[in-house]
Amino acid sequence: MKVRVHVSLKPGVLDPQGRAIQHSLEGLGFNGVHDVRAGKLIELDVDESVSDEALDDMCRKLLANMVIENYRIERVAA
Amino acid sequence: MSGFRSAVITFPGSNCDRDMADALEKVSGNQPFRVWHGDAELPERLDFIALPGGFSYGDYLRCGAIASRSPIMRAIVEAAGRGVPVLGVCNGFQVLTESGLLPGALLRNSGIRFVCREVPLAVANSQSLFTSGYEAGQVVTMPVAHHDGNYFADDATLDRIEGEGRVAFHYADDVNGSVRNIAGILNEAGNVLGMMPHPERAIEPEQGGSDGRVLFESAVKGLVDA
Repeated sequence: MKVRVHVSLKPGVLDPQGRAIQHSLEGLGFNGVHDVRAGKLIELDVDESVSDEALDDMCRKLLANMVIENYRIERVAA
Repeated sequence: MSGFRSAVITFPGSNCDRDMADALEKVSGNQPFRVWHGDAELPERLDFIALPGGFSYGDYLRCGAIASRSPIMRAIVEAAGRGVPVLGVCNGFQVLTESGLLPGALLRNSGIRFVCREVPLAVANSQSLFTSGYEAGQVVTMPVAHHDGNYFADDATLDRIEGEGRVAFHYADDVNGSVRNIAGILNEAGNVLGMMPHPERAIEPEQGGSDGRVLFESAVKGLVDA
């Protein structure tokens, strides 16, 4: 089954990449964009038997750096 | 001196490992062991371990993230726990924070650009194994070359490491947005140093300066005298 892991920078952690995207949007003439935060999406194809605990462990041990990032796990129906 | 046993670890994408090995050999008179990331064990009775700069695993996922989970890192974490000195420079610093041996993380430079130039550094702790040859407050010059050198930790962690004298170097000027201008930090026991500037690129005048040599001399002298 498909699992999506959404990794985002914690609030308060500076995101220079997001800021550059925001400036670029402004340059293209889009108004009203107050802030941009860039994260990443990691898609896993896993066996049905992989538990929520195991997925959580994967996030904490590798997929996210808990010092600077939050993560959210989403199981996607096939 | 006889038998200074050091090791330089090479990950796929390391590119400062030869400079690091060269610096250690010139200062100690002994050729370091060259250790591959996939090795499970370190050479015995090491006096010093160096994690070099570069772009291990192409900086995939996060800088240093994949390297910090490679087989050799289990042996390095264990050796660091026994008190073996470990120096991580640039990507090596990123590997040390990702492995949990040092607190905090290294983010994209606040100015977004890659920064490659010589920078002035203020020595914040001149008592450590790595910095005893410097004077406290002395300003030295070393090159930096990084895209992700923006040191970050939460305020409680910063207060603690500053209070414990664990900041080894500050940038004299803002280089990359690092909180409190932190350029290098020590672990609690003082035997692990991570820093973004490159001491191994400043060991003889032909390189533009030799302020980095003092760091290696301090470590070699400290270990021989001990």
